[in-house]
Amino acid sequence: MTEIKLPRRDFLKAAGAAGVAGAAATTGIAACSPETQTAANASAAAPDTYLVLTNEEVAFLSAAVDTIIPADALSPSGTDCGCVVFIDGQLGGAYGGGAKMYRAGPYMKGTPEQGYQLPLTPHQFFVAGIRAANAWSEKTYGKLYDRLTPAERAEALTAWEKGVAQFDGFESRLFFQRLLQITMEGFFADPIYGGNRNKASWRMLGYPGLPATYADKVEEYRDKPIVVTEPLSIADFS
Amino acid sequence: MVTKLKEVDAVVVGMGWTGAILSRELTKAGLNVVGLERGPMRTPRDDFAIPAIRDELKYTNRHELFQDTAMETVSLRHAMSETALPMRRHGSFLPGTGVGGAGSHWNGATWRNLEVDYVVRSHYTEKYGRNAIPADMTVQDFGVTYAELEPHFDKFEKLCGISGQAGNLRGKKIDGGNIFEGPRANDYPNKPLARNFASSTFDTAARSLGYHPFPQPSANASEAYTNPEGATMGQCVYCGFCERYGCESNAKASPNVSVLPVLLPDPKFELRTNSYVKKLNYDRAAKKVTSVTYVDTRTGEEYEQPAGLVILGAYVFNNTLLMLYSGIGTPYDPVTGRGSVGKNYCYQYTGAGVTVFFEDAETNPFMAAGAFGTIMDDFNGDNFDHSGLGFIGGGHISAGLSNGRPIETRAVPPGTPRWGKAWKEANAKWYRRWFNVAGTAVNYAYRDNYLDLDPTYKDALGRPLIRMTYNFKENDYKIGAFLSQKSAEIAKAMNPTIMTEPRFRRGDYDSRPYQSTHNTGGTIMGTDPSTSVVNRYLQSWDASNLFIMGASVFPQNQSYNPTGPLGALAYWSADAIVNKYMKAPGPLMQA
Ligand SMILES: Cc1cc2nc3c(=O)[nH]c(=O)nc-3n(C[C@H](O)[C@H](O)[C@H](O)COP(=O)(O)OP(=O)(O)OC[C@H]3O[C@@H](n4cnc5c(N)ncnc54)[C@H](O)[C@@H]3O)c2cc1C
Ligand code: SF4
Repeated sequence: MTEIKLPRRDFLKAAGAAGVAGAAATTGIAACSPETQTAANASAAAPDTYLVLTNEEVAFLSAAVDTIIPADALSPSGTDCGCVVFIDGQLGGAYGGGAKMYRAGPYMKGTPEQGYQLPLTPHQFFVAGIRAANAWSEKTYGKLYDRLTPAERAEALTAWEKGVAQFDGFESRLFFQRLLQITMEGFFADPIYGGNRNKASWRMLGYPGLPATYADKVEEYRDKPIVVTEPLSIADFS
Repeated sequence: MVTKLKEVDAVVVGMGWTGAILSRELTKAGLNVVGLERGPMRTPRDDFAIPAIRDELKYTNRHELFQDTAMETVSLRHAMSETALPMRRHGSFLPGTGVGGAGSHWNGATWRNLEVDYVVRSHYTEKYGRNAIPADMTVQDFGVTYAELEPHFDKFEKLCGISGQAGNLRGKKIDGGNIFEGPRANDYPNKPLARNFASSTFDTAARSLGYHPFPQPSANASEAYTNPEGATMGQCVYCGFCERYGCESNAKASPNVSVLPVLLPDPKFELRTNSYVKKLNYDRAAKKVTSVTYVDTRTGEEYEQPAGLVILGAYVFNNTLLMLYSGIGTPYDPVTGRGSVGKNYCYQYTGAGVTVFFEDAETNPFMAAGAFGTIMDDFNGDNFDHSGLGFIGGGHISAGLSNGRPIETRAVPPGTPRWGKAWKEANAKWYRRWFNVAGTAVNYAYRDNYLDLDPTYKDALGRPLIRMTYNFKENDYKIGAFLSQKSAEIAKAMNPTIMTEPRFRRGDYDSRPYQSTHNTGGTIMGTDPSTSVVNRYLQSWDASNLFIMGASVFPQNQSYNPTGPLGALAYWSADAIVNKYMKAPGPLMQA
């Protein structure tokens, strides 16, 4: 995890500027907080910077995370919540490089229940998977995934989810599962990793974040809402 | 080059719950003890502090505190005819590493086994006849009874400051506690934890159907507590970051909080971290382990530590591996049934139940303790008549959630898409309004579920990985169907807005989703050296100065989480070492 620590501060700055613009513009929830209002009004979107993702990968992932998490009254889009920046940080860090992964061969195809058996690190997996998904998109629609209409993007994602799309040398279903997982991580993780900007997903859920000390509340709020005006992140305590 | 060190009285391999308890008991008895732990030092102050400890991505998804699979993992096949493949990332279970072991990041559900759990073979055979136990089901009696272990359960509960409600105090049944538990001499040291919506809703429904629900006995302290060792615990703050996390409030019993504060300052004890034990050096003629060889994981240098007494507390996989690597005992052969090292590997069969959604109740799932909720044991063990059911054993049914961590713990009603606008709306609506009602079942041993050395894959030290040949069996599926049905009946009585279809695991054991770190067997205990690795005092039949701790000694797995039972066995064994073995070193039982 240590590799990820260095760029954190930059992510935060980017989050403060770019992410919130989308947030406050589209949701009533984000607008509850006076600070976020100010940030939103003040900012012109600063460009996101990437550690390892190529332009094609950024375009692909932006289209994908916006299909998974479309902007609506509940939250800004996946991209505006920082999911692509999050994915970049993860793939460029220890996790993406295969930390805590047993990598010795031989590599053999097993049953699904035996778990992941590819020689690829998470970063290599997404490089190869995005290439395969885009190739499939060109073959099927004549266009790269990010050029598709919203309806086509959703249709394509469904084909991967069901595993009916035939990628060249890659399992579309496995690719979908990992894409969905890392997008969820980006959307719901603590904002210190560059995703979940302005705690958009926590607002959407009504999740208060830190410090999470409820000895005096657990019984009182057993069946009634506890109102969360401003969820708190690790960064708010650091 | 191996550096040979000066002999010590005792060496303890692994500094989790069992290693810490044995180290403490042996130093108290006057021995000089060296503890060898493969992982790093971990202290609550430095490693479990707020705000960093509230990082779901780091601890849950990126496995911050768990054993590094790059170093060592387990290979899996579902049948002897298949080729095992390595678990390249841990999924279904998460072995610990570092000082405190998995005990530093467990949830704290702390049980006493039922009386029947210790005598599975004799009980079911006597009561339901010779054919009650299928021919290939290799369940055995433990060789020790609940009554013998009772004082040791009591000791472990006091060490941990367990919060709970007694249900059987010296034979007197107490409403509100677990009336099916064996008689206990004392109540729990702390009162039960608070009740949330799930706990009380389930309690009312189960009672209305004539069942006997009770609060989950928990190592999350309901109030500040000082244990008999003098170690202090804070009050649980219901943070919802319990399992997989260290406790920021010192409220979760752990080796780090409950034992090490008194053990570490003891001059009779020396802890060496980053010390990976590779092998036990065995003198076959003398039937003794003479020393252990370990690697300093920071430098790669090897050391040989001679010791008069050797304790293995290295968890199921390393306990079994070290016996196999060191050539102690006979490896189990599933074809002939001979040998016992690696025999009777079992796991846990979980999640047989339903999810319920309540439109009108905001249950705030993030306000939760780790071992939290209401349980009933009416369908556990042999607490109900098994005639005609086609299975033996059972499970406990529980209701509740231990957290509301947003990446991991969200449920949406059946039929909701997994992404897109409708998915978002469902999450926003239901995140705070659901919980599970589900059974956790026993997992009984079979002839062809076992552990041995992998023929192909190696760990970072060049030794074979441990190979797991394992699958669920008919007995498991039948209990699953039964418990999911019972869970659904109780859930229905709670009148939820939406309830899922009853579900239970079918098909092959899946190594991917987390189920539990309740792996058992491999160095099982018993009274017959041809069918067990250690005797009833956890002493190796093949090396009288070697004692093996932990769930690897369970002949099969009960439905309960393992730490209460293995904690009691650790104290039972320590008592035998101090009061019998140290007075007359040698075998405590004749082979
Ligand atoms: C996420 C999670 C939740 C859990 N929740 C519960 C629960 O609610 N209730 C319950 O009863 N149980 C629970 N458990 C299980 C519980 O943690 C274990 O039963 C308990 O910790 C076992 O204690 P132990 O001493 O046998 O092993 P461990 O605690 O695993 O300690 C073994 C130690 O040995 C060290 N070691 C291993 N091999 C070597 C070697 N070769 N050389 C040197 N050192 C070595 C390890 O690094 C480790 O520190 C949970 C486990 C996990 C992972
Ligand atoms: S739930 Fe309680 S015991 Fe568990 S980590 Fe939080 S405060 Fe500690």
